[in-house]
Amino acid sequence: MATTLSPVISAYWDLERSWTLATYEANGGYAGLRKALTMDPADIVSAVKDSGLRGRGGAGFPTGLKWSFLPAPDGGPRYLVVNADESEPGTCKDTPLMMANPQVLVEGMAITSFAIGCTHAFIYVRGEILHVYRRLLRAVEEAYDQGYLGKNILGSGFDLDITVHAGAGAYICGEETALLDSLEGLRGQPRLKPPFPAVAGLYARPTVVNNVESIASVPSIIAGGVDWFRSMGTEKSAGFGLFSLSGHVQRPGQYEAPLGITLRELLEMAGGVREGHELKFWTPGGSSTPLFTADHLDVPLDYESVGAAGSMLGTRALQIFDETTCVVRAITRWAEFYAHESCGKCTPCREGTYWLKQVLARIEHGKGTMEDLDTLLDVCDNILGRAFCALGDGATSTVTSGIALFREEFEAHITAGACPFDPAAAALFEYTPRSPRARAHALSGAPAGTVGA
Amino acid sequence: MTTTTPQSTSSGEVTAPVPEVTFTIDDVEIAVPKGTLVIRAAEQLGIQIPRFCDHPLLQPAGACRQCLVEVATPDREGNVRPMPKPQASCTLEATPGMVVRTQRTSAVADKAQHGVMELLLINHPLDCPTCDKGGECPLQNQAMSNGRSTSRFHDVKRTFPKPIAISTEILLDRDRCVLCQRCTRFSDEIAGDPFIDLQQRGIKQQIGVFDPAVLGFAGAQTTEVSSYAMPDGSAGRAAVGVAAQDAAGPMGEATIDTSGRPFSSYYSGNTVQICPVGALTSAAYRFRARPFDLISTPSVSEHDSSGSAIRVDHRRGVVVRRLSGEDAAVNEEWITDKDRFAFPWQSMADRVTTPLVRDRAADGTRGELRPASWAEAFEVAAEGLAAARAAGGVGVLPGGRLPLEDAYAYAKFARVVLATNDVDHRARPHSDEEEAFLAHHVAGSRMSVTFADLEKAPATLLVAFEPEDEGGVVFLRLRKGVRAHANRVFSVAPFASRGLSRLGGTLLSAAPGTEPEVLDAIGATTDAPLAGAGEALAAAGSIILVGERLAAVPGGLSAVLRLARRTGARLAWIPRRAGERGGVEAGTLPSLLPGGRPVADATARVDVGAAWDVDQLPVTPGRSTTAMLAAAADGSLGGLLVGGVDPVDLPDPAAALTALDAVGFLVSLEVRASAVTERADVVLPVAPPVERPGTFLNWEGRPRPFPQALTSTAMPDHRVLDALADAMDVRLGLRTTAQVHAEIDQVGAWDGSRAEAPDVVAAGPNVVGDGEAVLATWHLLLDAGRGQDGEAFLAGTAPRPVARVSAATASSIGLTDGAPLLVSTPSGQIVLPAVLTAMPDGVVWVPTHSTGSMVRPTLRADQGAVVAIRPAAAALEPATVLTETEHDGEAL
Repeated sequence: MATTLSPVISAYWDLERSWTLATYEANGGYAGLRKALTMDPADIVSAVKDSGLRGRGGAGFPTGLKWSFLPAPDGGPRYLVVNADESEPGTCKDTPLMMANPQVLVEGMAITSFAIGCTHAFIYVRGEILHVYRRLLRAVEEAYDQGYLGKNILGSGFDLDITVHAGAGAYICGEETALLDSLEGLRGQPRLKPPFPAVAGLYARPTVVNNVESIASVPSIIAGGVDWFRSMGTEKSAGFGLFSLSGHVQRPGQYEAPLGITLRELLEMAGGVREGHELKFWTPGGSSTPLFTADHLDVPLDYESVGAAGSMLGTRALQIFDETTCVVRAITRWAEFYAHESCGKCTPCREGTYWLKQVLARIEHGKGTMEDLDTLLDVCDNILGRAFCALGDGATSTVTSGIALFREEFEAHITAGACPFDPAAAALFEYTPRSPRARAHALSGAPAGTVGA
Repeated sequence: MTTTTPQSTSSGEVTAPVPEVTFTIDDVEIAVPKGTLVIRAAEQLGIQIPRFCDHPLLQPAGACRQCLVEVATPDREGNVRPMPKPQASCTLEATPGMVVRTQRTSAVADKAQHGVMELLLINHPLDCPTCDKGGECPLQNQAMSNGRSTSRFHDVKRTFPKPIAISTEILLDRDRCVLCQRCTRFSDEIAGDPFIDLQQRGIKQQIGVFDPAVLGFAGAQTTEVSSYAMPDGSAGRAAVGVAAQDAAGPMGEATIDTSGRPFSSYYSGNTVQICPVGALTSAAYRFRARPFDLISTPSVSEHDSSGSAIRVDHRRGVVVRRLSGEDAAVNEEWITDKDRFAFPWQSMADRVTTPLVRDRAADGTRGELRPASWAEAFEVAAEGLAAARAAGGVGVLPGGRLPLEDAYAYAKFARVVLATNDVDHRARPHSDEEEAFLAHHVAGSRMSVTFADLEKAPATLLVAFEPEDEGGVVFLRLRKGVRAHANRVFSVAPFASRGLSRLGGTLLSAAPGTEPEVLDAIGATTDAPLAGAGEALAAAGSIILVGERLAAVPGGLSAVLRLARRTGARLAWIPRRAGERGGVEAGTLPSLLPGGRPVADATARVDVGAAWDVDQLPVTPGRSTTAMLAAAADGSLGGLLVGGVDPVDLPDPAAALTALDAVGFLVSLEVRASAVTERADVVLPVAPPVERPGTFLNWEGRPRPFPQALTSTAMPDHRVLDALADAMDVRLGLRTTAQVHAEIDQVGAWDGSRAEAPDVVAAGPNVVGDGEAVLATWHLLLDAGRGQDGEAFLAGTAPRPVARVSAATASSIGLTDGAPLLVSTPSGQIVLPAVLTAMPDGVVWVPTHSTGSMVRPTLRADQGAVVAIRPAAAALEPATVLTETEHDGEAL
């Protein structure tokens, strides 16, 4: 039985001015909040727990359970912080969500804040996406104007303020404790845990940190009910999610579907791989997840099945690469990303990504040795599970899985002394670098990124 | 009075026992208090887990990942389940039933550690042969013990221009840094003066100074802020940063710290010591020696009354550096930069190396000093002293810097050989009230307040005491208590110093002279800070710390004693100098015999006389330093025997020099040529601390014995005095350290009655007229003292002298912030840039003894005196600062 799309969050993205509060209200917006305000906050937490909603930011931790970790109220402030620092390569779900329907996030925050006893919530949005930042500011303003935020919301006596904060552009600030430090105005580096944010988070107060999509899923759970939500997805991976297809695919974009859908089904909806080409490899959950190949087309995209197949569902960022793609080149670009974005706090990630980047660049340009492959794998082993936070682990995923799946391609670079692929063939668009410097860099074969950092 | 540590007399309240957890490390079972980190527990078993960022006195960071171990913990059913990843043992608290496997028994842990070590080394320069840390480097050592023999890294290393000069003393080579953050955590958590912090990210992450190139501040010019000459004459290095511009900043050039001020810290040297690699080095020691060429001697710092444990490293008879020792009870692992860097004074070219004798012409005019044999010098000194003893007597001024053994010898020499109680070690403003206070409260009451008590005290009141400037590591211990236990600190002072603000302290504002009034008002008024202080001090364990400066405030010490009685807070006296506390116990005060025995008490005299085997001791209480100098000046005192006294420290240096010129016979026991040796009839060279063994009694009254570090023929004061007594036909019996100790133990403690508490009526503050102010002043830790001579790098980190006045006072004389302020008395004037400070009106503060601010020789005044203030007409130039040109000692 073919799985079909299940647009909920994205249901009205195609409407005229979908981002306005008017459009949102016209399509049943804020019904969840109205219902929630009549409920006992504890029942909201139970409902989200029972729904089986798991964190949509990558780790998949049960959302309701996370809320229930907050200690009993002691009269002091408690915070909700929405992690909108989406910066994983390939991941592009929260940005369009906040562009097309920011009100669902605001409503989700209002419900969640009511449930956990928070009166001041924060959205930490990636600073580079200025258009989203502006849209969020406007959405929050509209919500205040209509009484969905502020004092005595909808006459319930519940108060909530939302602050939208723009980050300064660091991948590490998507890590929840680094995000909290950054939000406090400190240097964004992960904190020691324990204490966990639920106990001592923002300003050392109990704090829930959730992904945009997780919070945006909450209104539908409250409005539609637990059973409706659980009717989608699998037993342990309930509900729907945004699947972001990108790369060598006919119709890239967001596909909101029940968890457990396969890439084969998604590709059918997306018109398949680029015309005249075939699937070579893909990432199931962004660049921090081990690679899959055509052999994995029928793996159900839920947390358990993807994990059993040796990767991670992550952020459901499905980057599709066809046979024109040099896997060494792709992995080197990712490695360069991680080296650039390592926060520097711990040795394995800081030094290891710097090393991986250089070795991969040499291999890509035909200057590698067979010994380098073993070194790469061993350096990855010395990073994986040794780093302070999960970023270091993520940096190794594509390297280790890439060598495991495509070792002969790495060896071909080494034996041939050059890359056997034509980068232009893999490009989606015809492009010839105009500046001589860029052209020289792209085509010279000189190891990139070996000097400086 | 024994030379062993007496038990603390503080109430040993029983703390609830911490529950223990039992777990295993490498199959060895161990029980530790709950909350113990695995890495600490492993140390107890003798299992060394390699580490860089971990430091027992700093908060865990978990940054370097070198200490990874394999861990399994019992689940709810009790089945021991391995954790999926190796864990950092420096952040992991032991839990019951935990099973830890280190590199000794776990291939996973061993592989993880080797992996991290290899990663740390890929960007580390292979410059060990030229690195100061080479040979004592945790990275080098642990790379040998827990690393691979070869590196697989063939690519391009990250490099940095080197080094950054953070101050004139501290240099940073970023390429060697492993980013463990020990230095940044020290400056944040311990000293509270953060000056360097992490910058950038990833491989570019670096410890850095405030750098506009990084932060992209508009208009901020990156400049070279440090270029200087090395001692050998070669050019020093340049640094990148923002030039320091702060009137109260350090003397030398420095980069700006995280507060936006030029970096200035009294504790920065500690970061060099705890750096696990050679990234932080000191300009003074850089490229000077190899650790394996050094001979190390544990010692005690001579620079303040804390008695900090230090380590003296010498190379072929030359001290090249000092490090902090470890003494959990005293200074933990921290010392001040003065303790660390100010040691060249002991081996300067002006050392007196042979006895000197001055021949007098027939008319009594003085000739030149000439070298003489010891035999001749003793003979001349003995004759001269005997004659002076007959002609009005001889006064003894031992100075406040001597070890206990020497102080004891001076005390005995005065009584037995010179038959006088005219002995006073107080080379600073002093009073009879203070002497009574010392006799009543301090003498014989050792260890009544300790460093550990400071850490636990819920409230501490500071009276005429700046812990950072005048207490050194006392400040760090107070701050530790403030951070760990939310202790409160109150200070009776004219303004809130930067140190007080870093203690989160509350100022009980007091103009000089009003201290007794403020002290009496504590708890006796409803005014917020005073009432709060009274309440806080009433809490059990609270402490009052009083500094030596209160001696100059009539009624101050009487008021402090009243306050202590009223609140129940314990009272401790913290002098600045290392020998003051020992002097009180040894009897170098006019009214005190050894062990705190009052001279006026016949039983006490008999007691001491028996131990000294003399029939009777002089009965008349002696004269104070000031009284002796006055008597010497008018000829009623026949001679003076002077130890380590710098006349510039005395309340009236000019009068002191006059007295030294006028006195009939002057014997000086000195290490270096000074204003006293210039005037002496006989100069007997003595050994500095590094060349002799001895014992300092720190402010707690804790004996701080130190051995002789350098081979030397120089003799300590007690041995010279013993020989001098011999020449005067008196057997002093204090030739060796062992003899002195045996006799001190024999004299023992005094269980007789104590002297009465002083009860002096406060004089009240002086009234100031227009253009006048009451002078407030204290010594900065780093100033122009002779103990810091010869260390230019350290001198560069000393705070610049400024004059502080309130805004109202400034406007009353038409003075603007930063403009030069002229402070004058009929004797002289000081010109310093003014810094407007929240303080009482009609008060001006200047540092006592900094370059350009020599209060006592220039103004011949001290705190509480009325001085004239007015804006200086001319632009401020260092050359316009008047110093006492008469004072030859400074010129040396």
